Amino acid sequence: MVIDPKVRQVGFVTPGASSEPMKHIIESSSMASSSSELTPSGNSLSPVMIPPPRHAIPVPVPSPLRRPSIGDNMPLGSYNPSDSLLGASPTISPSSRNDDDNPYSGIPSVDLSDEFSPRWIDRTNSGTISNTKADDFGHKLPQLASSFPFSSNLTAVSMVKMPLPRRGAGEVETNHSMSSKPLKEKTSKAERRALQEAQRAAKAASKETGGDKQAVAFGEGANPNAKQAKSAKPPPQKKDGAPGASSGATSEKKGVDRPPEKERKKDVPAPRMQFDDTQRVEKAKRRALVKPTETMNRVELFRHLPQYVHGAQLPALESKFFEVDQMHPHPAVYRVGLQYLTGDISGGNARCVAMLMAFQEAIKDYTIPLEKVLIRDLTAKINSYVSFLITCRPLSISMGNAIKFLKARIAKLSVTLSESEAKAALQSDISRFINEKIVLADKVIVRHAVTKIRDGDVLLTYGSSCVVEMILCYAHELGKQFRVVVVDSRPKLEGQALLRRLLAKGLSCTYIHINAISYIMHEVTRVFLGASSVLSNGTVYSRVGTACVAMVAHAFHVPVLICCEAYKFHERVQLDSICSNELGDPDALSKVHGRKDLNHLENWANNEKLQLLNLTYDATPSDYVSMIVTDYGMVPPTSVPVIVREYLREHLLI
Amino acid sequence: MLRPSASFILDQRESLSSPPPNLAPPATMAPKPPIQAGSGAGYYAARAEHHAVSSHWLAQAQAAVDGGPAKPGLSESHGDRHRDRENASFSVIDEFNFWRKKPDLAEAVAAIMALAAVIRTSEATTMMELEIELKKASDTLKSWDTTSISLSAGCDLFMRHVTRTSALEYEDFDAAKARLIERGERFGEISLRARKTIAMLSQDFIFDGCTILVHGFSRVVLEVLRLAASSGKLFRVFCTEGRPDKTGLRLSTELVGLGIPVKLLIDSAVAYNIDEVDMVFVGADGVVESGGIINMMGTYQIALVAHSMNKPVYVAAESYKFARLYPLDQKDLAPALRSVDFGVPVPTAVEVETSARDYTPPQYLTLLFTDLGVLTPSVVSDELIQLYL
Repeated sequence: MVIDPKVRQVGFVTPGASSEPMKHIIESSSMASSSSELTPSGNSLSPVMIPPPRHAIPVPVPSPLRRPSIGDNMPLGSYNPSDSLLGASPTISPSSRNDDDNPYSGIPSVDLSDEFSPRWIDRTNSGTISNTKADDFGHKLPQLASSFPFSSNLTAVSMVKMPLPRRGAGEVETNHSMSSKPLKEKTSKAERRALQEAQRAAKAASKETGGDKQAVAFGEGANPNAKQAKSAKPPPQKKDGAPGASSGATSEKKGVDRPPEKERKKDVPAPRMQFDDTQRVEKAKRRALVKPTETMNRVELFRHLPQYVHGAQLPALESKFFEVDQMHPHPAVYRVGLQYLTGDISGGNARCVAMLMAFQEAIKDYTIPLEKVLIRDLTAKINSYVSFLITCRPLSISMGNAIKFLKARIAKLSVTLSESEAKAALQSDISRFINEKIVLADKVIVRHAVTKIRDGDVLLTYGSSCVVEMILCYAHELGKQFRVVVVDSRPKLEGQALLRRLLAKGLSCTYIHINAISYIMHEVTRVFLGASSVLSNGTVYSRVGTACVAMVAHAFHVPVLICCEAYKFHERVQLDSICSNELGDPDALSKVHGRKDLNHLENWANNEKLQLLNLTYDATPSDYVSMIVTDYGMVPPTSVPVIVREYLREHLLI
Repeated sequence: MLRPSASFILDQRESLSSPPPNLAPPATMAPKPPIQAGSGAGYYAARAEHHAVSSHWLAQAQAAVDGGPAKPGLSESHGDRHRDRENASFSVIDEFNFWRKKPDLAEAVAAIMALAAVIRTSEATTMMELEIELKKASDTLKSWDTTSISLSAGCDLFMRHVTRTSALEYEDFDAAKARLIERGERFGEISLRARKTIAMLSQDFIFDGCTILVHGFSRVVLEVLRLAASSGKLFRVFCTEGRPDKTGLRLSTELVGLGIPVKLLIDSAVAYNIDEVDMVFVGADGVVESGGIINMMGTYQIALVAHSMNKPVYVAAESYKFARLYPLDQKDLAPALRSVDFGVPVPTAVEVETSARDYTPPQYLTLLFTDLGVLTPSVVSDELIQLYL
């Protein structure tokens, strides 16, 4: 299959915060391969190169009791870089690479993402399809999805054991030396065809490729060996293996059409998930706790980002809240996830603190399962929590840094510590992080920033940043005479809450919308802005609109002060706000609260020519920033890399 | 990060004439141990590393001092004086004033020397006591002239440099004190040496036939020009008048004495003459964290004109002028006021701008010549972060 020309490999290659899950795979897999007690063959090529028993590994691990179903065999490809790990391990990776048989091989991916997946899902859900297999799949999907983030011991064990009955270590080695591609082709062609067939049915036979071969394959159902005339792999291997495991494994390699992936992996750290990569998205969907619905009209330039689906997810997640399921994340984590989803918790610090407290709670209730090591099992647990939180809302960079810190702490735990000691140590580490990196850092920032406020100043702020609010309040408490201009913008109108709190404290304020920014700017003497993150080229990643405010301020020669805790700094470099961003609810743009008459965009989703784009963040170039106020003092944006290099690593990781 | 000090230039030059200096590196300058990321001692390791950073260029600068022409009488006279006043009560200000009387010594260097003397004469018995005493002395010095940026920056840097040594964590008091004295004196010598280092560094930027615009009277700039002239470079200098102190007149007198062709401009004639100028050379009262400079009134104006005409603006400043200040605009500074003589009576109703200095933002500066090397403005902040955090 031709590589989708639309796949934009623009992900940041730094194994940074936002690529958490992928990083974990690398880490955990290396961990697994080094631990010999889990490696049957005792060498690094062992089957444990399969995503090791890590829950958060975004590999859909089906229950071992499930038969291979069509649902597992969607040709929609890999979701994460663990594929390459899988590819390196011949025990799995029976995926077909037979392009001729793929009815979609010639179809540009625009088709897949635009029409194929949404409709396909609609239909399976609506149950209008007569095809039983498709129905079956429709049912499987949620099951599988719901089982994902906590694949727990059961599946993990099965994953480890899986290769044993299938082949010996020697074979592993020999096969490994071969390219894994032929294996992939040979093993699961039939499965793949079956799946394609199902999809074709689902699409009401709209595609005319594949022909009778597929029909035959479809008739064979889940038996993957039926049509493998050319198979180098003896059929029994498939059958002998643990069915669940093999199906999980086989599904991994379905339709992976990135032959150079293994090589690429060596050179470059894993890119972040690109959401215009249909195959990966499908994988992701299957492992999600709740099957997200698709947003209809996606903006072309922002296809690679996770599309906004929160509203649709909420009811499903809520309904599952009281379900007693050992697969569920810890209730505290679940609650925080729901709060992210609904937007009850927003703002970088609030989200980070809520997440850390939830983790603290979860660690408190954590007990080491039998025959497990705390360091590894807990890391896996945290990974699963994180991936749950990601399904609720993409992580912010600050959260990524905090997670990195926590995992480093877990990894550094002394083996001699008892369970309770280790838990207590972790909990106090988390408290320390919250205290030092957020609470105290804010205090220091306030102290620094307040020295830049003089009597008679007119301070402008945009949106609602808690640090800026603290600065303004503290300056007011010190008796400084100044005026505040609160700039706000639709659709969140966060500034109104800030305005109310400032007025309650007795500050004199002006409230404008961002449209009037150039009108008000000439009377402003300082601009104070918060930030979601500061990147190492000095770019400030913050609430959308910040760049506009900073640019206008720069044009008026008004100094722009960015207030940001150092734990939000990141070594990544970003030049625009396209390649990494978060999409908000497009409906928020079409509806104006309290204006029923403004209904011109009422059914905008039905118009294929209209796309609404509600971005959450933007990137402010460092040229527009006069100063960054951080817990290390006031620094120019050019000095961010120094802080990142000198202090962040040791503080976050030690 | 580990930028070697620029004074290696001096080493090279002087090692030709003088025997290689006795360069027994003290224990503190031993190659720094690699930081083990993740070890619990990371913090101290980092501290030690920073310490090593400082002492690295210090070591080189010291080497330059040792190998260079000895300052006659400097240390001996100090020793004598020290013995003389052993019984007398010690006063920082006296010490400071003693050093300040030396004609070529900057205020900040005098302060650094005085602080070094404080450690030497201190009768403290614990490290804490000594630190408090030092702090008090440095506060006294700073209050002597609150408007002087280099004075307070020099004091801060001295405190920072001297007291921040990992040796203090484990040594006994006497050894630690000896270490402090050693570090203090070394710092003082480097500061004394800074001007020569800068002059050496900037020679590459002065080419035959160039025209240099100079604003204000800066001893560093004078040193730079003197060295260039003495090494046979042919250039001419435009001196601004430097109202109201007439600093330009003073500088032009000095330069003519060196045989450099000088043209004196009134301050408002800078833009008129900028076409002929190849580079602008200024000193600095202080170098701030953004990489900008605080200097005599009119520097900003000249930098703006030069920037708009794409002429390079070079700043010559010693590293003890690096201050932890971050002005956002011109008024974001403690003003240093100075009376202006207009020659004719001014009606009392007329307000007179009496500020003596202005702030030049980093985007209008091309390079800074310091004893740490030739830096772009953004490196100043990096250096300060490493020194202070």
